[in-house]
Amino acid sequence: MDLSRRELLTMFLGAPIALAACRESSVRRFPEGEIVGANWELGHVLREGRNFEPGADKWQNVGIAIVGGGVAGLAAAWKLKRSGNNDFAVFELEKETGGTSRSGEGSPVGYPWGAHYLPVPFRENIDLIELLDEMSLSDGKTETGDLIIKEQYLCREPEERVFYKGRWYPGLYLHVGESEDDKRQLAAFEKQINNWVNWRDGRGRRAFVVPAALGSDEADVTSLDEISFGDWLRQNGFTSERLFWYCDYACRDDYGLKLEQTSAWAGLFYFCSRVRKSGDESQPFITFPEGNGRFVRHMADKVRDHIKPSHTVVSIIPTDTGAEVICLTNGELRGFRCGKVIYASPVFTAMFVIRGFAERPPFNARAFHSNSWFVANLHLKDRPVPRFARDFPLAWDNVIYESPSLGYVNATHQKGIDHGASVWTYYYPMCHEENGRTKLLNYEWRELADVCLTDISRAHPEIYDLTERVDIMRWGHAMISPTPGFIWGEDRRKALEPYRNIHFAHTDLSGIALFEEAFYHGLRAVDAIIKE
Amino acid sequence: MKHVPLLFINVVIIATCGLIYELLAATVSSYVLGDSVTQFSTIIGVYLFAMGVGSWLSRFIEKNIAEKFIDIELAVAIIGGVSAPVLFLTFAYVSYFGLILYSLVFIIGTLVGLEIPLLMRILKDHLDFKDLVSRVLALDYVGALLAALMFPLFLVPKLGLNRTSLLFGMLNAAVGIWATWLLEPLIPRKRLTILRVKGFVVIGILGIAMIKADSLTTLAEDGLFPDQIVYAKSSPYQRIVVTRGKLGHSLFLNGNLQFNSFDEYRYHEALVHPAFAAYNGTPRRILVLGGGDGLAVREILKYDSVDSVTLVDLDPLMTELSNALPALAELNQNAFADPRVTVVNADAFVWLDNNELEPFDIAIVDFPDPNNFALGKLYTTRFYNLLRAKLKPDAAVVIQCTSPLYARNSYWSIIRTLEATGFIVRPFQATVPSFGVWGYALVKMQPFDTPKDLPPAIGLRYLNEHTLAAMFDFPTDMTMPSDDIEINRLDNQALVRYYESEWRRFE
Repeated sequence: MDLSRRELLTMFLGAPIALAACRESSVRRFPEGEIVGANWELGHVLREGRNFEPGADKWQNVGIAIVGGGVAGLAAAWKLKRSGNNDFAVFELEKETGGTSRSGEGSPVGYPWGAHYLPVPFRENIDLIELLDEMSLSDGKTETGDLIIKEQYLCREPEERVFYKGRWYPGLYLHVGESEDDKRQLAAFEKQINNWVNWRDGRGRRAFVVPAALGSDEADVTSLDEISFGDWLRQNGFTSERLFWYCDYACRDDYGLKLEQTSAWAGLFYFCSRVRKSGDESQPFITFPEGNGRFVRHMADKVRDHIKPSHTVVSIIPTDTGAEVICLTNGELRGFRCGKVIYASPVFTAMFVIRGFAERPPFNARAFHSNSWFVANLHLKDRPVPRFARDFPLAWDNVIYESPSLGYVNATHQKGIDHGASVWTYYYPMCHEENGRTKLLNYEWRELADVCLTDISRAHPEIYDLTERVDIMRWGHAMISPTPGFIWGEDRRKALEPYRNIHFAHTDLSGIALFEEAFYHGLRAVDAIIKE
Repeated sequence: MKHVPLLFINVVIIATCGLIYELLAATVSSYVLGDSVTQFSTIIGVYLFAMGVGSWLSRFIEKNIAEKFIDIELAVAIIGGVSAPVLFLTFAYVSYFGLILYSLVFIIGTLVGLEIPLLMRILKDHLDFKDLVSRVLALDYVGALLAALMFPLFLVPKLGLNRTSLLFGMLNAAVGIWATWLLEPLIPRKRLTILRVKGFVVIGILGIAMIKADSLTTLAEDGLFPDQIVYAKSSPYQRIVVTRGKLGHSLFLNGNLQFNSFDEYRYHEALVHPAFAAYNGTPRRILVLGGGDGLAVREILKYDSVDSVTLVDLDPLMTELSNALPALAELNQNAFADPRVTVVNADAFVWLDNNELEPFDIAIVDFPDPNNFALGKLYTTRFYNLLRAKLKPDAAVVIQCTSPLYARNSYWSIIRTLEATGFIVRPFQATVPSFGVWGYALVKMQPFDTPKDLPPAIGLRYLNEHTLAAMFDFPTDMTMPSDDIEINRLDNQALVRYYESEWRRFE
């Protein structure tokens, strides 16, 4: 095997598996596929800082311009429509809306390209519940007012399994082979979590809740943002390797960051924000074969006439009465004069797009770091046969303990399709690398597909024969990075304020990338505009 | 020739082996094709006729008789030796089983038919004709008696058909090699060596087959199943094994007994007739979920009012086998050949979810026990809601619910799940010796009385008015064990966990 493949696999998967994979001399059938979606070139036009001036006849008027058709932008549009406002447009640079909740269609089921579940919201999150009700996902409410989600939309058991030393085990936390000390530490960790679940500040606010803006801002809580989650674990006396793995997995899964890169506030948020009271189970997950694609499609369908796909907003010029939004579409510049702008794009892009922002920045947009991922969808003609009779069976989420990837999600699981063809979605956050984004851009389909198949083949050697197609999406700016100091720092707080007639609305504003947060900020921007 | 008396031992063994092959062929064919009288009769007929053909053909062998005799003996050894395994394998994998069966019987018969005349010609110079005929034929029949007695009393019960076949092939070949010494003076030196090499090759092949027999999946299963395996094949969904024992045929899916023909009527009468008894109108459209063996359909077709039966079973191999394997088709009375029956091969959960259907009057739900998550989903509130949507308002349904005695929590979890779906549930149980005490649920969407009457004269063997009433009566050790039994949902799969922990006690 050539050296470059070994370097590639070592970089992505670690030396042992790279060595093992490169020793393998047999020629394997390699599936077809391609890089799809996320348009780098278009996005990067913005960085050039060119001056864009549409022709005089290329101008239109629109009340509210929503820049970005991800969850936040669509939620804003959905809310406007619901409140009877029809004078708005959603500008999306890609061919389709949905952002990181986008999904693919196919046989036997659709499949996600990014976010793939939503924990059932607490009864207090009435806006989000309104959306779920509109989608007929619920069977009503319990006596206490909690939402009853229809059974077919709640993640079906078995939810998770983990592959460790040749075998699959139930759940995410690896119990097999744990020592007494491991058990004690897990119990102590759960106790800490429970304490935070029950914690209330002087105003009765929880420490961690979704949306995060409703949680406490008292120093006991916000000071957690000053250290990494890894430091927090050590400061609390934790040493168990499997507990560290479990927390590291949680950080990579929800934030695309390693344990040591993640703020302790964000780490605890993951564990505490979806548990109502100590001892309760975490809120169950709502999921669909196509993941959160179902939500964004629903919202997009409600505002279909207002969506302008393949419209790259290249410049926003704030004026005294509103703003001028200039788009590049089909190689042509078009202008939109609007009263308000909802800027529902990653916040860091503001400095390239909004005229005057870079010269007199209201906050430091560069503080909004995002991390990158690649997501692969494997189209399987059949499933692998379990290697051991007692191996835990295929679950929804299938995690490989020794891998820096997040494993794969089985799209047919939720539909109850347990035999034959399926689609597996493989997630790889680029948090193990310096300059992960640049590196991701430099790799082509074949190399990333090789990484993905080599990784999965440790659990399923037959994956090469079963996979008919691997498509890959490279997410350059997938998620905001909740590194220590960012969430409770100056810049995030300032970005919550409108800049002239531009309201920011993006999950970045919560410092964590979640559907609920994006949705919240979309609605918050609409409320602010309506109030004005 | 000094060893003439020893050659007579050879005659006995040849005769024994010959009859063993004949009995093997007849037994295999009656196991897989059923109707043993016909099978034995035709196999014996073809075999004896082939022996006659062999005897007649012996006249064309003029030179090197001794050498040809040993060659033929070795040929019988290899063909006869592999006959039973070959027949079982071909039955599972090729459709022209009959052709292979009778060809094999004919070839073995012809070769065996050649043996005695040739041997008599070898011995004719050493004995009087009178003596020769009386001794050879007498010993020939002694061999036949030995075989006929050993076969049912010792060989089939102790060794099974495959091992018997291979063992007698080896014995046959060993006798052939021994004969090379007995007939040494009649065969050129070089030829002798060749014959001996051939003999050892044959023993070697059969020996390897004997050792391999234990590592081959089908044969390894001999150890798992108490009875003779007559069919074993893996589909993408499961391993299907049919065995035949003293009490009749049994079907196993992934090693779990589905029925034994001895008492399956108890299970299937209890599964089907209470639903019909509880239905108030005229039952026309019937849905069967699972039940690929066709035995529930057999019971359903006893009602003349039934216009259509839709059977949904995951595995096409299972439904095809129930139609094609004579032993099964006989048992289900060719249910799948009935024009009223439509077979759909699909996962019932996905099928109910994806199809718009005209509602059914009666549904019979007969899935394997919930021993994994893929099966567990077929016992959830979601599944029962999907089913409800395909039923007429006054429809009646019976669901098999595993054993309330061995898996009490599992049974009551299913009952509670049905109740949580909004069904009115009447739990009942029946005794099926092969399984033990078995549990069911009779459910409707409208309030109803426990059925008391059965239709007259449809030929029920187990159910009568008294057993029907008794089935709805639960002994204390099978009642609901506690009020905390969980409802089985897609998002908890509580039943699979109950089932695992309860049945593990019996493993």
